[in-house]
This record gives sequence, C-alpha cells and structure tokens, in this order.
Amino acid sequence: MNSVYKWRTIDVVVAAVLAVAFGVVFWAWNLVWNAADASLGFFPPLKAIIYGVWLIPAVLAPLIIRKAGAGLLTEALAATVSALLGSQWGVVTIWSGLTEGLGGELAFAAGRYRRFGLPTSVVSGALAGLFASTFDTVLYYPTLGFLSYQVPYVAFATLSSAVIAGLGAPALVKALAATGVLDRFPAGRGRALV
Amino acid sequence: MLTPAAVAAPSAIIVRANPLAKLAAASLIAGLALSSTDWALGLTLLVIEAALLPLTGVRVGRFLWRIRYLAFAAFTVGVVNTVFATGGGGTVWFDAGPLHVTSSDVDNGLALALRVGAMAIPGVLALATTDPTDLADALIQQLRVSPRFAIGALAAFRMLPLLAGEWRLIAMARRARGVDAGWNPVRRLRLFASTMFALLVGAIRRATRLATAMDARGFDSGVPRTHARIRRMRGGDWVLLAATAVACLAVYVAVVVSR
Amino acid sequence: MSTLELRGFSWRHAGRAAHAVRDVTLRVEHGERVLLLGASGAGKSTLLAACAGLLAADSGEQDGEVLIDGADARTRRDRVGILFQDPETQLVMARSGDDVAFGLENRGVPTADIWPMVDKALSSVGFDYPLDHSTHALSGGEQQRLALAGVLAAEPEVLLLDEPTANLDPLGAAAVRDGLSRVLEGRDTTLILVEHRVGEVLPLVDRVVVLEPGGGIRADGTPQRVFAEHGASLAAQGVWVPEPWSSPPGPDPARPDGSSSGDTRLRAEKVGVRYPDAPRAALTDVDVELRDGGLLAVTGANGSGKSSLALVLGGLLAPTTGRVGVEGGPSARPPHRWRAPALARRIGSVFQDPEHQFVTSQVAEELALGPRAAGMSETDVEARVADLLEHLRLSHLARANPFTLSGGEARRLSVATALSCAPRILVLDEPTFGQDRRTWGELVDLIAGLRDSGHAIAVVTHDTDFTDALADRTLVMEGGRTC
Repeated sequence: MNSVYKWRTIDVVVAAVLAVAFGVVFWAWNLVWNAADASLGFFPPLKAIIYGVWLIPAVLAPLIIRKAGAGLLTEALAATVSALLGSQWGVVTIWSGLTEGLGGELAFAAGRYRRFGLPTSVVSGALAGLFASTFDTVLYYPTLGFLSYQVPYVAFATLSSAVIAGLGAPALVKALAATGVLDRFPAGRGRALV
Repeated sequence: MLTPAAVAAPSAIIVRANPLAKLAAASLIAGLALSSTDWALGLTLLVIEAALLPLTGVRVGRFLWRIRYLAFAAFTVGVVNTVFATGGGGTVWFDAGPLHVTSSDVDNGLALALRVGAMAIPGVLALATTDPTDLADALIQQLRVSPRFAIGALAAFRMLPLLAGEWRLIAMARRARGVDAGWNPVRRLRLFASTMFALLVGAIRRATRLATAMDARGFDSGVPRTHARIRRMRGGDWVLLAATAVACLAVYVAVVVSR
Repeated sequence: MSTLELRGFSWRHAGRAAHAVRDVTLRVEHGERVLLLGASGAGKSTLLAACAGLLAADSGEQDGEVLIDGADARTRRDRVGILFQDPETQLVMARSGDDVAFGLENRGVPTADIWPMVDKALSSVGFDYPLDHSTHALSGGEQQRLALAGVLAAEPEVLLLDEPTANLDPLGAAAVRDGLSRVLEGRDTTLILVEHRVGEVLPLVDRVVVLEPGGGIRADGTPQRVFAEHGASLAAQGVWVPEPWSSPPGPDPARPDGSSSGDTRLRAEKVGVRYPDAPRAALTDVDVELRDGGLLAVTGANGSGKSSLALVLGGLLAPTTGRVGVEGGPSARPPHRWRAPALARRIGSVFQDPEHQFVTSQVAEELALGPRAAGMSETDVEARVADLLEHLRLSHLARANPFTLSGGEARRLSVATALSCAPRILVLDEPTFGQDRRTWGELVDLIAGLRDSGHAIAVVTHDTDFTDALADRTLVMEGGRTC
C-alpha cells in the first residue's frame, strides 16, 4: 500500500526538518572548522578529503524516508536553508544542492527504491560526490590542470563521499533506529520489539 | 543567532518584489557571468551591480557585511586558479617547482574571482531580501509547486532558530557531563558527531509531532487547498525580469561578442 | 451532534511489544466534558490520537473500533480538533494569522471566508496581536492560545486536549485555561481533556474517566464520586489528585528543614550575561551564594534570566561581567574556564530536557562515562554504576537505550548522570517539570537527601510545591535582575 511515490505528511516534514537540522550542523561545522576550511581552500584536492560531510543528508534522507526524490528534496532544501541564512554563494548554493541531491538520488532510483543496503548507499555517496565536485570544477576551477588538479580533486571528493556519506549515513540510521524515533519508518522497524 | 538577517527595510522595493521574479533575475545574471571566463565581463557585471545596489533599497553597509565570506571565497578562487593553473603563457613572474605563475595565469585568476563575485551577488541579494513565507506562497501559486512540499518545508524552516538554540544547549550539556575535546582533532570530530546525533534525535521527534499536528488540522485531507492570500506577479515584477533580460543581452553583446 | 464511542479498542504501536491501550470501551455523549486520567504509560495520549483519527493504519495494530457518530474516527477528522502539549511543534507558519488560516486552507475554505473566521477564532481565545505578528516572538502561553485558535477556527464539534498546559509556566498555563473556559462557555462542544494537574481544570469538566494501566477502565463518574472512591490509589499512581481528596504535597515532617546550611561553596558576584545580537542583557548584576547543605530556589517568569543564571552557575556559560568563585576549585580560574572533567567532578548540571545530556547508547554506559573519564578503576566504576542504578530505580533498564526511556525515567537518569562524578555542587533546571506525582515525590526525596548530605544546590523552578518543600532560600528573577 505504500507506494514510493506517495509521500505521507510525516515523510515530507521529517525530510524537511532533517534538511533544516543539517543547515544547523553545517553552520556549527563552519564555526568549528572555519580556519581549517579556509586554509584548505587554497589547495582544492586537500579540501576534497572532507567533502563527504556535506553530502550526508543526500544519503541519509533516502535511507530513512525511502520515497522517490527524498535525497534530491532534502539536499536541495538544506542548500536553500544555508542560502537563506547567508551562504556566500547565494542562488548558486541551491544549484549545487540540486546537483548533489541528483547524484545521490540516482543510486536509489537505479535500485527502483527497493534497495537500501550498504552497497546502494556507498554508490549513492560516491555519485553525489562525483556530481558535486564536477560541478565545482566547472564553476570555480576551470583553468586548473586536468590531470594534475581536476582529476585528483574529483577523485578525492568521490572517495570521501563514498566513505563519509556512503558508510556514515547507514551507521547513523542504525543508531537513530535504536532510539525509537524512526518507529514510523520502515528503517526503524528492524529493531527488536521493546 | 541563526536567523536570516535583514539587509533591507521591510518597505524597500526589493523586499516587496515577487520572490520568483528576483530569483529568476538573479539566475539570469549568474548564467551570463558563467558564459565566459573573460575578466571584462565579470568586471562589467560587478560595476553594474554596484551601481544599481542603492536603487533597490538595500542598506549598503549591512549588505557588504553579509558578503564578506563571498569576498574571501572569490579571493581564494582567484589565488588557486592563478597559482595552480597550468600551461599559461605570457611573462613568467614566479617559478618554483609546481608553482608557476605567469601573467596570463594572473589574468585568469582575476577573471575567475570576478566571475564568482558577479555570479553570486545577485543571488545573495535576492535571498537576503526574501521572506520564506513569501517564497513558499509564490512557489505554490506561480510555479504550481505541490503545497504539501512547499508548506512542509516552510513549517520545517520555522524550526531553524529552535534547532540552533538546541545545538548550543546540547554542546553545553556535553561539557557538563565531563566531555570535552581540547585541541585533539579526533576527539573534536567525535564530540561533533555526538552533538549532531542528539540534535537529529530531537529534530526527528519534533518533526514527527509536527506532522501529526498538521494532519490533525487537515493537511492530508486530500481536499484541494485554498489560499488565504492571493499573490500575483505584478507589473513591477515583469518589468524587473524584462529589464534584467535586456540588460544581460546588452552586456553580452557589448562585452563578449564584440571581443 | 457528536457522540464518540470506543468499542473494545486496543492499540499496539509498531515496534513495541506491549499495548499502548488495551480493551477500552467508552461512550461520550454530545456536549459532555470528560477528564481522562491514568498513570503515565496508561495510554491517554494514544487514546486521544485514536479519537482524533490520527493513528495511521500502518503505524500499529488495532483491535476494536473508534467511532464518531457511528463512523470510523479516521473518516470524521473534520469534526474533531486536537490540541497537543508542545506549542512549538503545533505552530506551522511564521505569521500568527497564517497559522490560524492553515487549517482552513487545508479544508478548502474559500479565500474570502478565511480571514473573518481567523479573526473570530483569535478573539475567542483572547489573542490580540496583529495578524502578521511573528509566531517566534510569542511566549509559550501565547503560542498555545494561538494553537488553540487554529484548532477552533475549523469549528470542531469534538475538542480533544492533550495536556495543553504541561509545557507552560504558571502564568502561561493560567492564561490558556482562561482562554479555554471562555471558549467552552455557551458552546456544547464535546470535550476530552488529559491533564496531570487535576485541581486547576476541575471547573472545566463534569465527568472523570480513569484508565487502568493494564487495560480497560478503572473508574468512570462525576469528579466527586471518582475521587472519593479512588483518590488515594490515583495519587499513588502519580495523578495529582486535588484536595480534599488527597493531602497536598508538602514538606515531609520527618525531614530536617535544611536551615542548617554551612559554609559558602560557590559565590557569584555581580554576574551579567549578554548574548551577541540580543537587544538587552539576559542577566544583570546578580549575586548568588550557594552553601553546603543548602538549597536555593530560583524562580521567575520565562525569559527572566533564570536559565542563563543556571548555565553561569554550572560553569557552562561565560558571564560577560562579574565573577564566579568556587571553594575547592582546580585553579583560581572561574568555572567556565575549567576543563570539562574537572568541572563535572565539582559541579553537576541537570538540564531541562534530559535528552540533551545523553551521550551513549546504553543507560549503564551513560553512568560509567563520567567516573571513567575521572580515572576511576574499572571495579570502582562498576560499583558506582550499580549503586546509582539501584538508588534511582533504573536497574531493570541498565541495557536500554537512553533515548527510549519514558519522561520520568529519563529525568531520573539525567539526575543520575550529574551525580556520577560525585560533585559537591548541583545546579538543576526545572527538575520536576511535567512529572507525575509519583516521580515528583521521588525527586523531592532524592534532592532532600542530597541537600542533607551536604551538597550545595541551586534549583531553577516554577514549581511552588517543590520550593515550599525544599528551599531554604529563594531568589526571584525579573528581567534579568534579582528582586
């Protein structure tokens, strides 16, 4: 009875609140790591190592909500939240969010929204990273050497996203399910009855 | 705190414009900025943007403060593209191993920095002067976005200051428990992850309750929703769009095509 | 006309082994006003959600029926309005008027009719801010009245209230009750109300129904009859049964009155706090002294600076002016500059929301964390954990995930975590807030014991019963100052 295209209110609101919560997480991340981030900005391939952190919602939301478009919606919304809060890139932030979300979404769409295992989420994280970093390269680093900078940057970002978002998001779902807050989602039903 | 800061008075022209008109205009300009890596285009756009800024009703000082990170990011992009660029011709200014700076590299870096600024500023301006409620109204009524998603997102956005305050409290509660990280980056990461986890648990709990409360008031009734407030694209909004399109075309012809 | 009927209704939430509600049969006639009581965990909230047609078929397992005028409650949702306890998760929109209009838009009310209905609903609850007033700028009591207006705008025939004042300070709660009685007057709305604090809402109801925790209904009748027959057992289950049917909570005569407080342990002088971007200071020139064996109650309305003061005393927030000194600190520095382990060994803080303090995924681990960080040996840690679990009646939950605990259990665990490092100073923010009478009594006994064993304690609270029972001094805050 639960079509992957039919969103319940709780699906919409949890996806949206997750996006807002990650807006707060990223804001806090910037407070803690601003200095490190800023200096890494001068050498893009290094910065790409922590790239996956930004893509956690793109993998986390589909794993929890299990509806078509959950990754795209949540990542795009998280980007809109940071844009409204004063992200330096303005509207371009939303474009990035859409690109990232689209990449992450593809893996789940390829499994017809029936596969939510580890392999799918790792591929989802990798694709989100691939899409997002390619977008960055076109936008911000178009003149850099293809093999010496652009390829390593995209490769690091993809790997980082596969690990941090692709492995981190399922771990997060497991821990969240143990608290009982996911009881109204399929992802929360796996745990033992309490 | 974490709330959208006002960069204009509520009565300013730009605040009253339809959010979609503003975002579309900003996207047009950003698209134009992206069309070329020539520094003349970025510079021209930046000059025009600066000249038009006072006409929008924006408080210039606050706006400059708002874009301070953008300025730094644009600078970073400029430096990176100068220092790490390969195969640039022109006079060699600096050469040490992989670092190789030529006059054409500097040209390139400058152009890209200007491009980033020219591209982002209209979007930052549009968003900084948009109330989320107005944006949701416009998305539903003009773009026919599903109200379930637009209103759901708007309701979630209301939680932003609440969750930001929550983050501070959770962080303090960890200190009270005797957990801190000092300067150890690994422990810092773990502490960050644990704070994030507690935030997400609370956020999902709240979202679940909010969804129930929304359904209790008929959000999932399936009845076609009506609008308490009708919002239209007004004459001024079309003028804004048309003027932006004409200006973009003119700049494109004058700067890009003519060279 | 709206009658509500439950026939052999049971509900088990998905993922739970036990039933939330079991075998309830109940009929509420049109216009009746029912107070629904029961121990915490007896399923009162689940029952209300069922009556509102909000238990989605995919979220659990149902037996029996819930009927409104003879039809399944899920198909009659437009006749029912429900108000929950937390205003922050009921308000949907950023502008007050929009929020009331939300429910009308959902039901397809034509645009022209919406605003007159909004105005009517707002004035019926006594809400007099402009329509575009930000819902953030409202106090908890105002937000809850706004939420009530949102429920009433759709003119429900059945009104369900799930602890509508539990999250509010006494002033806000009184204003909401006031709004409620104005609304109910002259209407024949059917009402079911769930509320712990029975005394204040008794004038609003004419029938009391008590749920039996194991299933079924224990008592049903007029308030007089139900309380006369079951008052004592209800009180034992945690219900705040009003006088004359039960004795008011108060100081236990056997307990020493705490006037024997000793030396000064913590002294705050002229402390002030100003948050960046805030229009005014949260705290100005406050002097506080905490003595060994003494309990200071800090009271005042919401927003008076009480919580900021608790954070300063707890060494968690740096005061912008003034200084805080602690007898027996690790250095001459003020507490907010101490490392966290040193702080936790000296000052224990208990936050209003227990979940803010949980760091691990198991109750026992939660209690071992502090002692382990303090360098205790593993055997000592185990002994300490076992001791705390026993003392706070949490032993049966040692392996549970802290986030799955009930309100009362979570509260006891958060107090236990603060005690785990054996600090001499305790700062508690609203420890009795929203607790049933049984947990309340346990907390009062526990805190009295801590005070009498020489701890220096500060408690931020609205709870006058608590203050009367335990405080030897009271500090009243207003607008960030003491008065």
